[in-house]
Amino acid sequence: MDFEFSEEQLAIRDTIRELVQDRVAPRAAEIDEKGEYPKDIQKLFAENGILGIPFPEQYGGISGSSVSICMGIEEIAKACASSSLILAVQALGSYPILVAGTEEQKKRLCPPLASGEKVAAYALSESGSGSDAAAMKTRAKRHGDEYVLNGGKQFITHGSIADTLVVFAQTDPDADHRGISAFVLEREKSPWQAPKLEHKLGIRGSPTAQLVFEDVKVPAANRLGEEGAGFKIALAVLDRSRPGIGAQALGIAEGAFDYALNYAKERQQFGQPIANFQGMQFMFADMATQIEAARTLVYRAATKVDAKAPDLTKVAAMAKLFASDMAMKVTTDCVQVLGGYGYISDYPVERMMRDAKITQIYEGTNQIQKVVIARALLR
Amino acid sequence: MDLELAPHHEAFRASMREFAQGVVEPHAAEVDRDHRFPEEALTGAREAGLMGVLIPKEYGGAGLDAIAFTLCIEELAHACASTAVIIDVHTSVGSEPVLLFGTEEQKRQWLPRLASGELLGAFALTEPASGSDAASLKTTARRVGDDYVLNGTKVFITNIGRAGVYIVFARTGPDERASGVSAFIVPAEADGLRVGQVFKKMGLNGSPTGELVLEDVVVPAANRLAAEGKGFTVAMRALDSGRIGISGQALGVAQAAVDQARELLAARPRAQGDDFALAEMATRLESARLLAYRAAWLCASRRPFTRIASMAKLHCTDTAMDVALGALQLAGEEGTIAGSPFERHMRDAKALQIYEGSNQVQRVVISRELVNAR
Repeated sequence: MDFEFSEEQLAIRDTIRELVQDRVAPRAAEIDEKGEYPKDIQKLFAENGILGIPFPEQYGGISGSSVSICMGIEEIAKACASSSLILAVQALGSYPILVAGTEEQKKRLCPPLASGEKVAAYALSESGSGSDAAAMKTRAKRHGDEYVLNGGKQFITHGSIADTLVVFAQTDPDADHRGISAFVLEREKSPWQAPKLEHKLGIRGSPTAQLVFEDVKVPAANRLGEEGAGFKIALAVLDRSRPGIGAQALGIAEGAFDYALNYAKERQQFGQPIANFQGMQFMFADMATQIEAARTLVYRAATKVDAKAPDLTKVAAMAKLFASDMAMKVTTDCVQVLGGYGYISDYPVERMMRDAKITQIYEGTNQIQKVVIARALLR
Repeated sequence: MDLELAPHHEAFRASMREFAQGVVEPHAAEVDRDHRFPEEALTGAREAGLMGVLIPKEYGGAGLDAIAFTLCIEELAHACASTAVIIDVHTSVGSEPVLLFGTEEQKRQWLPRLASGELLGAFALTEPASGSDAASLKTTARRVGDDYVLNGTKVFITNIGRAGVYIVFARTGPDERASGVSAFIVPAEADGLRVGQVFKKMGLNGSPTGELVLEDVVVPAANRLAAEGKGFTVAMRALDSGRIGISGQALGVAQAAVDQARELLAARPRAQGDDFALAEMATRLESARLLAYRAAWLCASRRPFTRIASMAKLHCTDTAMDVALGALQLAGEEGTIAGSPFERHMRDAKALQIYEGSNQVQRVVISRELVNAR
């Protein structure tokens, strides 16, 4: 048992922490207000090797460890949840290739993602197929050495800016979830359309797109796994990415907590800092405890990913569920600590509260996490 | 980072589980119903060498670390929360003060008898007017030649009447706060020491709790632990690791409740409301378990652990209470009938939020550090 990061991980964390402090934190409010994708921060992360974290060295990366990915996401999310998705979605969009790709596919597709030259995304949800992912309608029909895709996807983070898009589509619509296959679309060869970006409550600097596929041709060499293996791949990817959402939630909560605690030490009422009042102190004690409880669970799930543990599905769902619910509660309480100032956008905690909400919804709603956990317990 | 138990810890847990389920659990319901001391469990624990888990081998103990101790208490509590608290108090706050603050002579005199279970340990800090505000205690220890003479009344003492030795905190100096407090090893057979009222409680019925009355009890100066005026430090350090034990106890009670609920749901038609309740309970428990192990790991690796131990105590015991209530709710009326494990777990869980520092005090400890750090 060892609850500490390795020296190598600590070195990565310190690099990220410094960059985030100097370059990301000062931009966070503006990114949220304008609702623009921070291309400059993507470039910053690429230049500093941060986007290489999800990839092992043989595919151009620096790690490939889920613990390191979570650590990176957590650090970035402390200052800017939108920016943390630059790393989180690079990992999410690459996992299908790393999990199900052939050696040739990994060698060909991963290095430009690891260097940050290209952006990855993951397209599973559709307008009529959210929690019920198997109900997807997007079709992929085989014609010789290629597939032709038709349909649309919904709520695709970075779907509009991605260069490499993993798309799940029906190759055999009669076979239900056993008819789903996974494809890697490279924008220059298989261009898709992103006609609409969503206006959102939070993570406003992270573009969420509706995607349309009209006779998009994909080489068969870009199919991941066998025909019909797509659903299994999608679930395996979510098992691996959910600790990352837990880490994002953890980071958001920590960012809000640190801000609110400092505020409470400065803010004078009744002739003294409000941090002197026990009503405040107990709120901080509860928040800090819930953050630490979430932290151990998130990193426990991450170590399970790295160890390919048999109970990974359950623990990853628990980490995502617990950390995201914790983040929603903690950020809401941080707004409460700041009172009226917490509610206005001159202060960051209202943004953090808005950003926290999505962590309860995406990559499987928390209701779906409970379905997954109960299934594992009652099997 | 490696958040799995080491193989030797896993093996220890497995042997603890076998012992707890085989020897302790069969008497748990009856011990609770009849409010009787779990003799079979304690005899078994003595024979199995479980009374000195934290005591080094050179003093007759098992020489295990705080992680093993947590697992020990967790597995005992999974079987019987009363047995768990008896052994927890004996092992942590009842023996650790001697282990951590005793002179070589004191250790040689007391630890082997505690480790074998010949003596059961107890911890006497709380008084009728001094609970969370422990530094305000009134019991006195007056120096007379080579002895101290102790007078006062202690209350809510776990293992009362069963303990062979009490770690008693009393005021030796004029200072009215913490710096006037000293710690003493007081054998149960000392003249003037008697058991006062033994309380009837809502739970933990197998674990005797009551008053310890000290009337002109003569204690040799050789039985003072640490220097005069250092007693409060002894108490606080003992409680720090005591909280790890209580966290383990909470994990055991919570796991028992989750297991009962799981069994119940597996035997009835599936309903999503049930499933979700079970999923939430199991998730909270998992988060609590890791926090407790983290505190134990910090302690075992000799790093600062006060804050995380308080967080673990707070989160584990709140979780045990919530989970026990949740399980009872799933069981419905059947769970409320006296003798049902569901209602027993709920009654047992409540004490955990109160003793060894109420959860309000844990919040004070946690926030003190947060607010003072700059």
